[in-house]
Amino acid sequence: MTVRRSDGQPAGTSLFEYLLRLGDDRLVLGHRTSEWCGHGPILEEDIALANISLDLLGHATMFLKLAGQVEGEGRDEDALAYWRDERGFRNAQMLELPKGDFAFTIVRLFLYSVYSHFLLERLSSSSNTELADIAAKSAKETRYHVRHAAEWVVRLGYGTEESHHRAQDALDELWPWTGEFFQADNIDREAGVDLAEIRESWEKLVREQLSRATLEVPDGPMRMTGGRKGRHTEHLGHMLAEMQIVARSHPGAKW
Amino acid sequence: MTGGRADGRTGGLLASIPEAIARVLDSVKDPEVPVLSVVELGVVRSAEVEGDRVTVTITPTYSGCPALHVMEREIRDALTAAGYSDVVVNTVFAPAWTTDWIPAPAREKLRVYGIAPPGPVGAEPLIPLGPTVRTVTCPYCGSSNTTRESEFGPTACKSLHVCHSCQQPFEHFKAF
Repeated sequence: MTVRRSDGQPAGTSLFEYLLRLGDDRLVLGHRTSEWCGHGPILEEDIALANISLDLLGHATMFLKLAGQVEGEGRDEDALAYWRDERGFRNAQMLELPKGDFAFTIVRLFLYSVYSHFLLERLSSSSNTELADIAAKSAKETRYHVRHAAEWVVRLGYGTEESHHRAQDALDELWPWTGEFFQADNIDREAGVDLAEIRESWEKLVREQLSRATLEVPDGPMRMTGGRKGRHTEHLGHMLAEMQIVARSHPGAKW
Repeated sequence: MTGGRADGRTGGLLASIPEAIARVLDSVKDPEVPVLSVVELGVVRSAEVEGDRVTVTITPTYSGCPALHVMEREIRDALTAAGYSDVVVNTVFAPAWTTDWIPAPAREKLRVYGIAPPGPVGAEPLIPLGPTVRTVTCPYCGSSNTTRESEFGPTACKSLHVCHSCQQPFEHFKAF
């Protein structure tokens, strides 16, 4: 028998949805970052981005596995990654945008990793110990991602005229998408997360580093959102087609 | 051969492992760093025998490390080959793995193998202002005149360095 809450939702639904958000952010960005494998500007950076993708996929695996357990319908992390369609994904829209040039990839990784860092630190003390354990494990590796991206942001912004304008273009394009990270609803609140507080820490650190990089934070409105509810840009469907094709063509295949 | 307790500390172990099981686990090596056993690496957290059942609890090094699945399978295979018919391998995430669990003799094995061993894990700022790269000693000639080429190496746990004294590139097992 399914336990129902007063609003008629099964008890685990809110947590399940929340875990999908955590898992899908990391799965989608991990996949996008992995697209650099074999295409990095220099060998060391190719390896670095591949390592970061691997970490993100590892984090996604842990969160989605737990999501499947919480849901209790027999779906494991692979079922959730490969057999949901675009509308079933709960990632923030910024993370599904095509990888762009190197500056775009780095600025996105920076803006996201700092957010992820503060969120995971907060979740490390969640009253749900399984969630807290995974968050603490992921937080450790996320520190590396923050550092790596933050160093590159300065190198690009404070580098040549070309690298500066590419980094500035990337920031102009990406900044309005960051609003979605902090758009809170009941599902965030039930997970015990205060996104306003996280936004404050995020913005402070991000603005400091961008200023070191001589990059200017654009003014202007935030973009439309909806990723947390399954509404996505045209790009996610294409990405999923590529990511899911092998698993769907050969269901249950082992390699 | 007491499974990671050679230096008198428990390393990453939660409790001492029964002698016979420890011998088997000592034979299972990290596929990417084959001089370290899964116990020395700190991946094995505990091993218990209850009746016919052996339960081994492991923890991943880095979350995405592809070697974890290999280690899990090899632990099962090694124990099965040693005559244990009912082997269960569990994975836990907390406390999160740290290189501080690697005991001193295992660190020396890494150095001899050509991988500079990790130092103690220290508190580093989230974003260091200016160069804060630790000095890593060359595993070949012992010089500290080395520089880091990349924080990310061929596996998640290692970074790439070069020694200016013996001109040798080498890997460093990152303190983590």
